[in-house]
Amino acid sequence: MKEAYGKVFKYGDNVDTDVIIPARYLNSSEPSELAKHCMEDIDKEFVNEVQEGDIIVANKNFGCGSSREHAPISIKASGVSCVIAETFARIFYRNSINIGLPIVECPEAAKEIMAGDKVKVDFDTGIITDETTNKQYQGQAFPPFMQKIIDSEGLVNYINNK
Amino acid sequence: MGMTMTQKILADHANLTSVKAGDLIEAELDLVLGNDITSPVAIHEIDKMKVEGVFNKDKIALVMDHFVPNKDIKSAQHCKCVREFACKHDITNYFDVGEMGIEHALLPEKGLTVAGDVIIGADSHTCTYGALGAFSTGVGSTDMAAGMATGKAWFKVPSAIKFKLINKPAKWISGKDIILHIIGMIGVDGALYKSMEFVGDGIKYLSMDDRFTIANMAIEAGGKNGIFPVDDVAIEYMKEHSKRPYKVYEPDEDAQYDEEYVIDLSTLKPTVSFPHLPSNTRTIDNVGDIKIDQVVIGSCTNGRLDDLRIAAKVLEGKHVAKGIRVIILPATQKIYLQAMEEGLLRTFIEAGAVVSTPTCGPCLGGYMGILAENERCISTTNRNFVGRMGHVDSEIYLASPAVAAASAITGKITNPEDI
Repeated sequence: MKEAYGKVFKYGDNVDTDVIIPARYLNSSEPSELAKHCMEDIDKEFVNEVQEGDIIVANKNFGCGSSREHAPISIKASGVSCVIAETFARIFYRNSINIGLPIVECPEAAKEIMAGDKVKVDFDTGIITDETTNKQYQGQAFPPFMQKIIDSEGLVNYINNK
Repeated sequence: MGMTMTQKILADHANLTSVKAGDLIEAELDLVLGNDITSPVAIHEIDKMKVEGVFNKDKIALVMDHFVPNKDIKSAQHCKCVREFACKHDITNYFDVGEMGIEHALLPEKGLTVAGDVIIGADSHTCTYGALGAFSTGVGSTDMAAGMATGKAWFKVPSAIKFKLINKPAKWISGKDIILHIIGMIGVDGALYKSMEFVGDGIKYLSMDDRFTIANMAIEAGGKNGIFPVDDVAIEYMKEHSKRPYKVYEPDEDAQYDEEYVIDLSTLKPTVSFPHLPSNTRTIDNVGDIKIDQVVIGSCTNGRLDDLRIAAKVLEGKHVAKGIRVIILPATQKIYLQAMEEGLLRTFIEAGAVVSTPTCGPCLGGYMGILAENERCISTTNRNFVGRMGHVDSEIYLASPAVAAASAITGKITNPEDI
């Protein structure tokens, strides 16, 4: 994947993995099943409104809490093409890369981009473009090995392809 | 440049003479852990890998603890999947109902985690083993799968924050109060990507159970790991529980720390985290009038013998307030048995509490104590996020076993000193 393009869903600080995918649904590990409940405890309308390619933008420490890989899995399976945040919790960061969900740290973009904006992210350069406001931001580009993991749709395929 | 305790352990396991913060390294693993929620996803991933089997059947631990005894058909299917995998690969340390306990209480008790180890676990509270002087950190299921297949994991070497604990803890101050105080001070991302290294003369007053509680909640400050020096208390614990050799690492005198905090344990007060973040702390004299519906005493944070002893001491000869549900969960079978032999279970039952088999159940809103709309729980667990223990409009207050037990008696959040 070279770029992401979609409408923005905006959240605040410390979005934890319990609100991304509540533990009451962790008796399943099926991505499509998890996607039905993605963000349920923070935004009940998310699953009804999200469309293929959409982008989540949040502030500090996105994905804090539990190590459940079900959290990035549910986001990816709901169609989200990228998550932009000021910072990410470290386990969520690893998990997202490992399953091939692109995530970008960019404090300025996280602060200024608003819900509903149309945003494009170029993964090669790290450039984030808000088409609604015509502003550009320089996000952190992936180092080549991480880009390869994402291109391979996750760590397992990457290891197998090596 | 000098190395921190964590950096030294990582350097050794990467066969490097030195590392510095920010280096990307590949380290050999002493133990790879998973539970009944995270392992099925890892097993699905390992099935997709072109590998023959696991790297070492003795260095993998699979603990069925979150939704067991199984709460429903789907969770039973998950456990069945892990059981079959453990059987197929002859996994030595597979723990199912009857042998299981909450993973982070069970593994040190079984002697599977010792000082100097590098441990990854597909559970965020894997950082608990830092209490024994190990480097241990939580990862996701794919990292667990890669770890089980290869015995290795990549890490970005963390920088560190030093927490100097000084003086003897004040009355009623436990490991839980200390770590809640620290999280309240630095915030839920205060140690993001970093090691939390605990030092100072105050540590000698802390039991192993207190130290496990503190290291356990490093993740609640965003930390990569929490780690304690290996002193006589830790060595005695390891000798009692483990036959494995351990290795003691000490930070270099010129090790670099991003920040340093000094915490005088003699001045701390019992501390409570208000909804909906562990960092939202207040000391017990500032909680106000908070009526509760439920009390949970247990979890990987506070389900050990010391925790049950202090709860029993507070509840002895008393009765829980009318209408308050009190759920006590010894963290392992051994702790359950010891609690029975010491008469703690009798104290709990006579006080009007229920005692459950070990499970993570209520802590993450799985089962065994789910909250209804607008209900409040005081809990010795580790997270009070929105909806964590049930309804999205319920509230969780985090506290020590002493505060939780005192609150059970009065029906509102209470200082144990007032009982």
